[in-house]
Amino acid sequence: MTIVPQDEFSTDRRKGISRRGVLMGTGALVVSFSLARHALAQQATPAPAAPEPPKLPGSLDDARRLDAWIRIDANSDITVFTGKIELGQGIRTALIQVAAEELEVEPGDINLITADTGRTPDEGFTAGSQSMQNSGTAIRNAAAQVREILITEASRRLNVPRESLRAEGKAIVGQNGQTIGYGELVSDQLLAVEAQPQSLLKSPDSLRIIGQSLPRVDIPAKVTGGAAYVQDLRLEGMVHARVVRPPAQAAQLQDVDTTSVEQMPGVITVIRDGSFLAVVAEQEFQAVNAMRVLQQAARWSEDAVLPNQNELPAFLESTKGDIGTVAEDGAGDFSGQVFEATFTRPYQMHASIGPSCGVALMENGQLTVWSHTQGVYPDQEAIAEMLGMNVEQVRVIHMEGSGCYGHNGADDAAADAAMIAAAVPGRPIRLQWMREDEHGWEPYGPAMLIKVRAGVGQDGRITGWNYDLWSNVHSTRPGGAPSLLAARHRAQAFPVRPPNFNISQSGNGDRNAVPLYVFPRRVLWHFVSEMPLRVSALRALGAYANVFALESTMDELAIIAGADPVEFRLRHLEDERARAVVEKAAQEFGWSTDAPANGRGRGFGFARYKNLAAFLAVALEVEVERETGRVRVVRAVSAIDSGEAVNPDGIRNQTEGGIIQSISWTLYEQVTFDNTRVTSTDWSSYPILRFSSVPESVDVHIINRPGQPFLGTGEAAQGPVAAALANAVRNATGVRFYDLPLTRERVKQGIGI
Amino acid sequence: MAISLNVNGETHEVDVDPATPLLYVLRNDLQLNGAKFGCGLGQCGACTVVVDGEAVLSCVTPVSLMEGREITTVEGLGTIEEPGPLQAAFIEQQAAQCGYCIPGMMMTAHALLRKNAQPSDQEIRDALMTNLCRCGTHMRILAAIRRAGELMQQAGAPQTDRRAG
Amino acid sequence: MRVLMRVAAGVLILLLIAAVGFFALAWKGEIEPVAAVDRAQFDQELIEQGARLAAVGNCIACHTVPGQPAFAGGLALPTPFGTIYSTNITPDPETGIGKWSEEAFQRAMREGVDREGNHLYPAFPYDHYTRVTDEDNRALYAFLMTRQPVNSTAPENELPFPYNMRMILAGWKLLFFEEGAYHPDTAQSEEWNRGAYLAEGLGHCGACHSPRNRFGAIDPERHFGGGEAEGWQAYAINTESPAPIPWDQESLAFYLRQGWHEHHGVSRGPMAEVTGNLGLLPDSDIAAIATYVASVMGEPDAERQARAEALLAEVSQSQSPALVDAAPAAAAQPGSAQGDGAAIYAGACAGCHDGSRPQPFGGLPFSLSTAVNAPNPQNIVNVVLYGLPPADGEATSVMPAFGGVLNDEQVADLLAYMRERFSDAPAWENLVELVARTRSGEHKVAIRPSDGIERGPENVGASGGAED
Repeated sequence: MTIVPQDEFSTDRRKGISRRGVLMGTGALVVSFSLARHALAQQATPAPAAPEPPKLPGSLDDARRLDAWIRIDANSDITVFTGKIELGQGIRTALIQVAAEELEVEPGDINLITADTGRTPDEGFTAGSQSMQNSGTAIRNAAAQVREILITEASRRLNVPRESLRAEGKAIVGQNGQTIGYGELVSDQLLAVEAQPQSLLKSPDSLRIIGQSLPRVDIPAKVTGGAAYVQDLRLEGMVHARVVRPPAQAAQLQDVDTTSVEQMPGVITVIRDGSFLAVVAEQEFQAVNAMRVLQQAARWSEDAVLPNQNELPAFLESTKGDIGTVAEDGAGDFSGQVFEATFTRPYQMHASIGPSCGVALMENGQLTVWSHTQGVYPDQEAIAEMLGMNVEQVRVIHMEGSGCYGHNGADDAAADAAMIAAAVPGRPIRLQWMREDEHGWEPYGPAMLIKVRAGVGQDGRITGWNYDLWSNVHSTRPGGAPSLLAARHRAQAFPVRPPNFNISQSGNGDRNAVPLYVFPRRVLWHFVSEMPLRVSALRALGAYANVFALESTMDELAIIAGADPVEFRLRHLEDERARAVVEKAAQEFGWSTDAPANGRGRGFGFARYKNLAAFLAVALEVEVERETGRVRVVRAVSAIDSGEAVNPDGIRNQTEGGIIQSISWTLYEQVTFDNTRVTSTDWSSYPILRFSSVPESVDVHIINRPGQPFLGTGEAAQGPVAAALANAVRNATGVRFYDLPLTRERVKQGIGI
Repeated sequence: MAISLNVNGETHEVDVDPATPLLYVLRNDLQLNGAKFGCGLGQCGACTVVVDGEAVLSCVTPVSLMEGREITTVEGLGTIEEPGPLQAAFIEQQAAQCGYCIPGMMMTAHALLRKNAQPSDQEIRDALMTNLCRCGTHMRILAAIRRAGELMQQAGAPQTDRRAG
Repeated sequence: MRVLMRVAAGVLILLLIAAVGFFALAWKGEIEPVAAVDRAQFDQELIEQGARLAAVGNCIACHTVPGQPAFAGGLALPTPFGTIYSTNITPDPETGIGKWSEEAFQRAMREGVDREGNHLYPAFPYDHYTRVTDEDNRALYAFLMTRQPVNSTAPENELPFPYNMRMILAGWKLLFFEEGAYHPDTAQSEEWNRGAYLAEGLGHCGACHSPRNRFGAIDPERHFGGGEAEGWQAYAINTESPAPIPWDQESLAFYLRQGWHEHHGVSRGPMAEVTGNLGLLPDSDIAAIATYVASVMGEPDAERQARAEALLAEVSQSQSPALVDAAPAAAAQPGSAQGDGAAIYAGACAGCHDGSRPQPFGGLPFSLSTAVNAPNPQNIVNVVLYGLPPADGEATSVMPAFGGVLNDEQVADLLAYMRERFSDAPAWENLVELVARTRSGEHKVAIRPSDGIERGPENVGASGGAED
């Protein structure tokens, strides 16, 4: 087969699709912002072959004009646009810091607009821990270039040398106190220019704002009841909708008598299109009541199409798809002792605390959708395709939702709202999923199977490494209309498109399948083209299971070699930054090889996310209650290197969260199903970590690298924590656990009586 | 049915089905954003408000029971300009990621701190047993609640609900 | 006043009995301590057998404070006589049973006497454990002596005079304690006898499910006739069972195995731990217990059977019964007790209990609920006030506590409405008072996380998948 290197999250694959530069700006400067390549692609006749434009930093390469990113009004108000979104990771604050730094203004001077197809650049999805790498880099460079343009312009007007001028307080100031405000300078389309490949960035020692733990700008509203989420959006004349989803993914609506529902108080209409069923009512509780009655009235056909949950690994292995070589560097001679093992990961949920919500309004043939989607442009395209509308007729505006950790129900709820709005034009529709909708219908993190064979020689070095993983593509977006539930359920259904098998640098199902350690390896991806349950990107994609398998194996090899697990890792690590986080985490934890206290154990895990983003190492101490199999993490200490740290507390917050979330995944979480239905429908049936089991302490130590590129942080902890946890349980009990999650029952069975 | 509700010290008249969960009335009729819909099943705590000093799950509380009761939501703890001690502590500790669960956490903590100004770590954890956080902000939430206790102590007087007007 | 006089009379009688008993019964001597016991002394198979038996005995439930080390004791057990704290049964030599020989352990199980010769309170159910065979006790001993030793001393019991005098227990034993092994009933099958041995011995079902007299002894005339445990009603599991759908061997086995049954709901309160622990037992033992208990319950008469069938038909057909008529009921008479109860029900309960969410994680339709149909409403009062707290990282039923939002009258209104609507039984009396006593702690209730469904979440809650 042919393997096409492609970054899963890049916007490349959608380039060339018709898109307009939207006219929205009202300020002095912006007449229209330009999405250069898209605008080009829109031409009826192809433009004459131009030389390939120079590569610009970060997302500037996709939206090349400065005014696509930064607008300065006549009164010197500064607006910064990003195609990325806030999803609780603190990106809004970090981007403001970057912009304010290079523009030499205060963070409070920046008005940041996040993803809106009517206003901001297309930066694809906010995913893959790439916001700082892409948008942060773009904004930083754009801001630096804007600053220099302003200085040049002031120098021209004042007729003084550039070197005598400096930027300060939204103005350019000269040595003799001459001052020209930014607003005054930018008139006449000054910033309507293409960005340059090189920027004059501020030197690391002159930074005022980057590197500071600026308090998050979104938190005050969130703790005082401000409108912070799409769920809080209240439009004039807004009505409430609920969907009635099928009881199973393969179920079809046979029949529904809607008359009793239509007569219920407040009910405006019942919408049925194939297996898409929804109800709209004046008040929210009326919609909920109507939904419940509609649920009971609907008759569905169901088929027992799901495999036995307990035999899922065998099912994955039995799928005979393409096999791709992810890495091959001589598999080694496997001299010395050989370790072989099979690791598994179940389906797991994003399980957002706030069920997905979308608000939509169809007015005069124009559809506006407010959504917590991670990608407003792809969502715009998919919704337009679903409704048979032109992309220009659909505007998708991002508003925050509850944390999503990947592709949850956001896009589907937006599509539901759009479907309903199309049927009830003129009235804003607020569509709120119920808990069961979110648990039952979000696309899950995919189940995986991994087989490892590795050898370790007399000299304590790894002599061979064969690694086979069974996985499908973790991200099923952008997939156009077929990726939306509503579109799949319509009578004129958009059939699901089979995923393409691609092996890319940043990885997907194979993310972090290739060890950063130095030894001969052969890594194969057995492609699972069809999944029994709907899946998509969950924080870290394949890196969660791959690092779990890889780092569990490293520990077993260390045990065979009679080596300390930390020293054994260092023995095989050459990358200095990787070594630094390993050493830092071990040192801060107080790593030792002394026998742990009874029932306690220590474990270590390391990875560089995607092998190209943040470096993270973590050491954990666990306590295992032998009689019940209950595992509790006592403390966690990690070290992370995300390159230049823009907001250290933001990195800490994200990493703490990743550690705790991964503890929850690793100890408790698996989507359950019978041969027909998903049976994890709420917090009873899909338990997650509660305060009773939260560690006593979680420490995050940042290794700052001023002057180095920003490296994605948000997903770095997921895999190393899973491995460190399993390694700590191994240390405490002497038993290796290969299957996630490490439930009480499993651990109890494993350690025996 | 017309019901008179005392929320954050203000009286509101609403005309709703008496079975309507308090949450929908707070969010839609009174346009208060603090209490969140999380599960509608009383399992996650995102909708927690305080009623007569007790933490109550507003998604499973019929509004008909609220006549004559004192309801406090996160809006009643202070404003963005003048945050109350709990709010100040959550901001100071940066105790939020997505923040969706946080108002519920704060109201559970508010009920706890009214009864016990210096709760132990274990008491805080016990009180938060039915509040779920998915971002993993737990350590900061615990720290913020401890800090709020300190701020209230420093303020001298026991924390009382802010009254409008 | 009458209560006080009865207590005083009881105390006098007890004192007399104590005096007689003290002399009548042989003084129990100390059994020599043993040196530290080594795991190598025991066969692994014996230890594993002991683990299964300990699960039947539910030892861990009483001898562990939730969240604290297993078997280290210290759990408060409220009894009508005061609070008793369970002892440390880890092999710690100072604070546990590390110095106990097997002989001492056998004697404790058979006679209710500790190693030093002190009589034990029958909160430790030796009136049942006396039926356990020497072999099984040997396995239990092997299991317990190979647990992790924990140095932990339980608090002193909080018992008023004279109950704090252990010598009165000698008299109690004289009157109420029948020592001795289980005698098989040769007329019954081997399975039935196995079930009876487990249920009457280690399983000590009757300790909770049989009524006790005022001396805390089980009333032999009303075997399995319903009792109380830690503030919860342990329903009658004989012919008087109040379950709307009669239990049979199959449903009992499923319930004991899974911790829930679609016609009966989930186990909760102290029973949750029982069903949770039974996870270690082989299916054959579960089936045996179910066979025995079902035989004690007997076949339902034709009328009860017919009513059950009608109920099941109604529940399976109903189109969201709770909702279809909840709105009119609520709107009907606001201000009246029934109207208020209906509105509370519609707003607080219907969302989970309307039958659309499958068991065990969805709420049970109340027409099937034993609690709503039982003569004593204590359990439903407990559940409404305190909810079903979530277990830690385990799939279990969760129900929010309503104690904070419903006052005593409102709980009473709600329960009255539910009783009226979902049961043919007569209205409960003195509901407000019962709720108040439960809320105030005058009636003590043990509320623990519902860790009962340990064998979940494998294929629970959907048709066809749950058979084990």
